[in-house]
Amino acid sequence: MGYIELNNVSFTYLLAKRPAMENVSLSIEKGKFYAILGANGSGKTTLCNIIRGFIPNFYEGEMTGEVMLEGKPLKDYSMEDLAPKMGYVFQNPFNQITGARDNVFEEIAYGLENFGVPVDEIQRRVERVMEMTNTAYLAEKNPFELSGGQQQRVALASILVLEPDILVIDEPTSQLDPKETERVFDIIRKMKETGKTIILVEHKIELVAEYADHVIVLENGKVIDFGEKHEVLSKLELQDHGIVLPQSVVLADKMRKQGMEIEPKLVTRDELKQELQRKYGR
Amino acid sequence: MALIEFKDVSFQYPNGFSAVEHVSFSIEQGESIAIVGQNGAGKTTTVKMMNGLLKPTEGTVVVDGMDTRSFTAAQLSRKTGYVFQNPDDQIFHNTVGDEIRFGPQVLGFDREKTETLVKFAAQVTGLEKDMDENPYNLPLSIRKFVTIASVIAMDVDIFVLDEPTAGQDQYGIRTLETMLKILREKGKTIITITHDMEYVVNNFEKVMVMAHKNLLRVDHPRKIFMEDALLEESMLIPPYISSLVKDLGIKEDVFTQEEIIEYYLSRK
Ligand SMILES: Nc1ncnc2c1ncn2[C@@H]1O[C@H](COP(=O)(O)OP(=O)(O)OP(=O)(O)O)[C@@H](O)[C@H]1O
Ligand SMILES: Nc1ncnc2c1ncn2[C@@H]1O[C@H](COP(=O)(O)OP(=O)(O)O)[C@@H](O)[C@H]1O
Ligand SMILES: [Mg+2]
Ligand SMILES: [Mg+2]
Repeated sequence: MGYIELNNVSFTYLLAKRPAMENVSLSIEKGKFYAILGANGSGKTTLCNIIRGFIPNFYEGEMTGEVMLEGKPLKDYSMEDLAPKMGYVFQNPFNQITGARDNVFEEIAYGLENFGVPVDEIQRRVERVMEMTNTAYLAEKNPFELSGGQQQRVALASILVLEPDILVIDEPTSQLDPKETERVFDIIRKMKETGKTIILVEHKIELVAEYADHVIVLENGKVIDFGEKHEVLSKLELQDHGIVLPQSVVLADKMRKQGMEIEPKLVTRDELKQELQRKYGR
Repeated sequence: MALIEFKDVSFQYPNGFSAVEHVSFSIEQGESIAIVGQNGAGKTTTVKMMNGLLKPTEGTVVVDGMDTRSFTAAQLSRKTGYVFQNPDDQIFHNTVGDEIRFGPQVLGFDREKTETLVKFAAQVTGLEKDMDENPYNLPLSIRKFVTIASVIAMDVDIFVLDEPTAGQDQYGIRTLETMLKILREKGKTIITITHDMEYVVNNFEKVMVMAHKNLLRVDHPRKIFMEDALLEESMLIPPYISSLVKDLGIKEDVFTQEEIIEYYLSRK
């Protein structure tokens, strides 16, 4: 029995011609990092909304099948019970800033205030999360007077600060520079170490290859592959389904075709580097 | 004289925050340039000065002979089209078609010219099948193409694209690459802000690196990604092959997958 289970879930948005999610079954373990891959429109955000329970609650359409969380149907949880358990970082960072408060510190603290957390604890948690997300220097700024990447970090911080058991994060690095992108993956790694379960949508495949445990591959609303990252990401045929594979996989394949001997299933840069050093001394 | 000329330009936001300090550079007609650099470096602020959305608070910006301080944003936008970082800042119509058609209509182009431009814009951005859709029912990555198409339809000479690669899948990236080629063939000048270093090395010969309110360097990506001190200062991470080559301690000038394979085959 998985921590989160999807049993044959399908969903069709109101008036849509075809289902956005079709017969999806998944079992998600507690404390692991799952990355969702797929072309745009393949259903990544829809899947996030289903796992978070926003579908069918806030979207019109027809849903069949069932989502279970810790053995209990998701629909039996009240929104109040679910909110502190599952955090959701929306895809468009520009929509996540509430603007309910007029500086970044208060913007990040807003959710905790709503949960009725004591003031000194809010102070502590917000400071810690600002440190972690490199937003401390923005504390006094108006959240709408930020660069795109700064806004995206504030959006992420405002969910991390809630410390939910499960984090559903939809493309959190789209506006981030390469260093800040790595920082986000490092934060996710640390969250995982504290037992959190992570479900992440991300196009940056090299970082997925490095950090994720499992990969879910979507195409046209269907799961076309699901498994341990080395197994999934080394399948060259996924390229025919609009999936970008890690460069290590593609490069190793080209090297083999040129007669070089490279072990299979190397997905990260470091894995390929070690293999090249082992076989070729450099 | 250069098409775009920044002379010792600084910019302070109304709240007093200084976002760009003493930046000078020039861009020639027909060039294609990538601007890279860390979040908050001042990239968006800089390019917004190219079409008069922002006016320099010090120094001068001259676009096609026009000092931007002497012209309105409306006048300047006939020359320079800016695609916002957040597409929702510039989408106002109920269908993709109306959105793209709006620009050329406001500019007073005749019906035939308008339709030709709209068709071309929709085609190069891959939006032909979405013309009757409400932009807000489309994913953010596609809405970005809607805003790009709107600017293309205005038949401007200078395109400024603020992070078109953000959130794109490989089809989106490919569409951008093809579009870039087509616009360049038409002699357009294109300035692209991006955090996608693979996109940079695959498509640009000239890169502007910004960091902490300044322009650090204008150079070929091969040069930029070899220079550790510059990368360090601008918080850039080189693309995959450059990083692998560095990890392996390879000193030769190796920049592409083909070059690294070549390197190993020649050592055998
Ligand atoms: N409207 C505004 N008012 C005041 N300060 C602003 C405003 N917009 C941006 N800034 C600040 O100006 C600096 C430069 O912002 P800018 O948007 O130019 O950065 P950028 O290089 O485009 O970053 P990103 O990669 O995150 O988009 C940042 O420190 C930002 O906080
Ligand atoms: N609110 C909505 N109403 C109708 N259709 C939608 C809605 N959101 C998404 N869709 C459609 O569902 C499909 C999957 O979209 P989405 O889950 O956003 O994909 P992804 O996140 O992988 O880009 C697409 O065909 C999209 O057009
Ligand atoms: Mg999505
Ligand atoms: Mg910007």
